[in-house]
Amino acid sequence: MKKESWKELTIGTINLDAGNSVKNLTGTWRSGKSPQFVEENCIQCFFCWLYCPHFAVRVEGGEVKGINYDYCTGCGICSVECPPKDKALVMVKEEVKLAERSAK
Amino acid sequence: MKTLKTLNGNQAIAEATRQIDPDVIAAYPITPSTAIVESIAQFKADGLISGEFVCPESEHSAMSVCIGAASAGGRVMTATASQGLALMWEMLYIAAGLRLPIVAGIANRSLSAPINIHGDHSDTMGARDSGWIQLYSEGCQEAYDNLIQAFRIAEHLDVRTPVLVGLDGFIISHSMEVIQVEDDDEVKKFVGEYKPVYPLLDTSRKLTVGPIDFTDYYFEHKRGQIEGIENAPRVIEAVGKEFGQKFGREYGFFEEYKMNDAELCIVVMSSAAGTCKDAVDELRSEGKRIGLLKPRVFRPFPHQKIAEALKKMKAVAVLDRSSSPGAFGAPLFTEIRSALYDYSQRPKIVNYVYGLGGRDIMVEHFKEVASKLERIAETGKIEEICGYINLRE
Repeated sequence: MKKESWKELTIGTINLDAGNSVKNLTGTWRSGKSPQFVEENCIQCFFCWLYCPHFAVRVEGGEVKGINYDYCTGCGICSVECPPKDKALVMVKEEVKLAERSAK
Repeated sequence: MKTLKTLNGNQAIAEATRQIDPDVIAAYPITPSTAIVESIAQFKADGLISGEFVCPESEHSAMSVCIGAASAGGRVMTATASQGLALMWEMLYIAAGLRLPIVAGIANRSLSAPINIHGDHSDTMGARDSGWIQLYSEGCQEAYDNLIQAFRIAEHLDVRTPVLVGLDGFIISHSMEVIQVEDDDEVKKFVGEYKPVYPLLDTSRKLTVGPIDFTDYYFEHKRGQIEGIENAPRVIEAVGKEFGQKFGREYGFFEEYKMNDAELCIVVMSSAAGTCKDAVDELRSEGKRIGLLKPRVFRPFPHQKIAEALKKMKAVAVLDRSSSPGAFGAPLFTEIRSALYDYSQRPKIVNYVYGLGGRDIMVEHFKEVASKLERIAETGKIEEICGYINLRE
């Protein structure tokens, strides 16, 4: 993407490109752990969706369907806020997941 | 109606603010600028201004309110001094970086420690790299005139940079002077209607103010900010001329006093320049060819114009009412000495720090400086580049 010269920028750091934060893949910040969605435990309370700081909870057809890892930073707030005793969002060490993936 | 009024510097700033009637005034009182804030609060209580007056819990918050209000699209003003300006410090950079045309009246005062409430330029000199335009006033009339012009300069579309107007704490802020107060409507007309750029309250357009910039954009935004203050000289000049045409008192970047055939020159800002004029008069009556250059605009620094005015002098003394510990000279001196570097013909130049913490500077002290300049001009030798005036050794 071509970046503007200083003469082309809007005055005073004003950003007129509303919604352009989708270009910022905050999932690249993730290190160590990420939430895994366990669908059978989900009570569709939407707490995870409400608390997620990066809008990384995937909602399809009005239901929580998992996590968008392009934006998930692995902060774990969703898992803490998930109300059921058997949580629908379980934090898993990322290297375990990678190991599982490479074993397949 | 245009009238003569007896006002002190703080009242002069408040009076100009009342006439301009900004949308939001957010300020926290601190000596010696308290009376500015007090008078504005009284104007609000008496229904003489329609703008909002906000007194938050600190100067940091006062500048934060100014930034919020200016981002929303308002014309905004504040006043402070010394520790108050120091507490605003991080917000000063934000106001300038966001290109918000906020105007501040500063009753210049020393900084702690040791604690002291009297006048020197340590506070605003400490903010000299914050990106604000800085105007300094010799007396109450200049403080009044500068504050009116400050709005025009700050709000010009090519500038959009905050402006502070300095007036010496106590010496000007608390001294009465008979000043020309212009007609309310004429002042309003001169300042004009404020047209905000990208106001947040305009909900027809979605925008973000102050998003994070990483290594890929910060430098470009800073360069844009520098362009704003570098556009200021022609605006300052035009506004000063227009002010002169309209109200009869023209302003430039500096005032030259008896400089025509001068060989020696004293450079000094603000109230001390008044005392220096008396000293120059006395020295002139003794046949000495000496003049005074009184800078009004410190940021952006009019380096070329000042260098042109000084290059033919034999010897120049730059007097600073602040110190820059560990630096090669105080702020005004380093600017001027650097400005003269490219000229093959240039004067011998020395620096004297004076008046810290409100220490008096009298006619006799300027005469002392003049005799040192005479010796330098005669011998071509400088014994002491950076010294002090009226300090117990």
